[in-house]
Amino acid sequence: MELKYSKEFVTNVYKTLLTIRVFETECIKLYRQGFIRGYFHPYLGEEAIAVGVCAALTDKDYITSTHRGHGHCIANGANLDKMIAELLGKKDGYCKGLGGSMHIADTTKGNLGANGIVGAGIPIGIGAALATKIRKDDAVAVTFSSDGAANNGVFSEGLNLAAAWDLPFIMVLENNQYAVSTPIKESTREVELVKRGESLGVKSFRIDGNNVFEVYETTKEAIRICKEEKGPVLIEAITFRHGGHHVNDPGLYLPKEELDYYMSKDPVKFARKYLIDDLGLNESEVEEIDSGVNKQIEDSIEFAKENGEMSSQEFLKFIENY
Amino acid sequence: MKEMKELMYREALNHALLEEMRSDDTVFIMGEGIAERGGSFKVTVDLLNEFGAERVIDTPISEASFTGAGVGAAIAGMKPVVEILFSDFTMLIMDQLVNQAAKFNFMTGGAGNVPMVLRTQGGVGNGLAAQHSQSLEAIFYHIPGLKLVMPSTPKDAKGLLKAAIRDKHPVIFLEHKLLYMNKGLVPDGDYTIELGKADVKKEGSDVTIIAWSNMVPRSLAAAEKLEKEGISVEVVDPRTLVPLDKETILESVRKTEHVIIVQEAIRRGGIGSDIASIIQEEVFDYLNAPIKIVAGLNTPVPFNLNLEKIVVPQEEDIISAVQDLVGVYQE
Repeated sequence: MELKYSKEFVTNVYKTLLTIRVFETECIKLYRQGFIRGYFHPYLGEEAIAVGVCAALTDKDYITSTHRGHGHCIANGANLDKMIAELLGKKDGYCKGLGGSMHIADTTKGNLGANGIVGAGIPIGIGAALATKIRKDDAVAVTFSSDGAANNGVFSEGLNLAAAWDLPFIMVLENNQYAVSTPIKESTREVELVKRGESLGVKSFRIDGNNVFEVYETTKEAIRICKEEKGPVLIEAITFRHGGHHVNDPGLYLPKEELDYYMSKDPVKFARKYLIDDLGLNESEVEEIDSGVNKQIEDSIEFAKENGEMSSQEFLKFIENY
Repeated sequence: MKEMKELMYREALNHALLEEMRSDDTVFIMGEGIAERGGSFKVTVDLLNEFGAERVIDTPISEASFTGAGVGAAIAGMKPVVEILFSDFTMLIMDQLVNQAAKFNFMTGGAGNVPMVLRTQGGVGNGLAAQHSQSLEAIFYHIPGLKLVMPSTPKDAKGLLKAAIRDKHPVIFLEHKLLYMNKGLVPDGDYTIELGKADVKKEGSDVTIIAWSNMVPRSLAAAEKLEKEGISVEVVDPRTLVPLDKETILESVRKTEHVIIVQEAIRRGGIGSDIASIIQEEVFDYLNAPIKIVAGLNTPVPFNLNLEKIVVPQEEDIISAVQDLVGVYQE
């Protein structure tokens, strides 16, 4: 059988999935130890969406992210030192410690930012798509969004706007089936959100969000549609959180059988198995990748812990013109 | 010296947009009915012909989304000028303005910018009633990260709009519906007026009136009549409320020792109250009398024209406020 993906590609995909997994796991420990304060919304269980989407993007493309945004940043190539420093509120963090978990952005890499307001990244992503269209950049803008955001006004308004203007815009709905603690069936009658895109004349796909290759292929097709036909495109990727809404929410409302089902479809394990079963890597080769990722996160934590904080004088200078 | 030409306020704004769009490809405009129709107040007429539908964009009635699209385009390197038809409708875009545009530069530690101008217009017209007549500047004034510009003359309108478009931060550019047809001399061609510089619209020695937007011509008309009674009134127009040119205001107060602040917006929680607090804090010793604020009544704007008149300051309200202040406190 001919393999669809090269060893190099799958290794990179696996490495990025694992980086997000280890990043979140280790940062949750830092949170428990009091190094990280405020809100922290883990992306555990949803890694395949960010990784599959970003694997299909180029440097010219844009993304906007969500409050659950660490995975999108990492998949988009963010610097881990700067990310963890930001989570610790340190001066060499992405936002000099002024933003924190929910506001990491890297405009130099086309990451227009995580967002503390559910749904707010939708119009911003549309604006980036509009900018690329006006400039004829041959690029796309992807907005990561969610089932929760789908019930906010800017979802329908924004997707309609993007469709009316034929924008190269891809809305990736991470349908993890819960808005904080409210199950999707309690917040909308039609739970197949893909139909909302169709109702607006938007090409729409409903896919397995835990299968990184399916996410990747669908994103490539969405980009093709944006460039060769016309955008926007909606991708509804079905997934599930491995825990509560944020680190202090135990998520007791998540039914055990559903959680077990999605744990069995864990995206990191899935890619690891693919490396071994389909690409023939042996256990020790994969362990080498694992230890490389672990080491990188350890180093970044070390960097962040040693990094200083913005002084109050520096802060007062920064806000002088506000 | 530049040649001066008489233009209407709306024409001056149109020239500002035209010149900035010619000189900078990243400037584009969007709003409801602004393209072929040229906007409800004719500010964007003819721009479609020159720049095409890619840069002069008619939007659906989706204020939150197209304003947010402006924010996103600005972050992604463009300079959008977004028009919201009535300032009342900005209540639909508050998340994108307050939580996104105003905070992006801050939240990214200064790394990201939102060089967007939001043009809109407010104030009472002629019976447009409670949802099309509000003066909402205090809401924007309250949000750190937003600049706030309120021009009163054609010359200021053009120079300030050009400066606002070139600014790397989000600017709320608040026009007044009764000013669009006002005429004034405007320098030909390119010039800007720095944000944060007040203008003394009329010099005087007895009383300082601080007023902006449509309250400026009204205060000037009042000042002219008061002059005949022998009261010399200075009219200071801050032009931009954020940043606020405190020094020009304080200098005038030190000279006249009497202050009246005239604002069309309702009194409660208004910008006038904040300016009064700045004055008493910084130059209390110079004041010969309490600061007087002539402001809109704390009410929605009624439809009936006679009632509409009593809810916002009229020329005679300004005149009697000055007479009271000077008559009671000056020997």
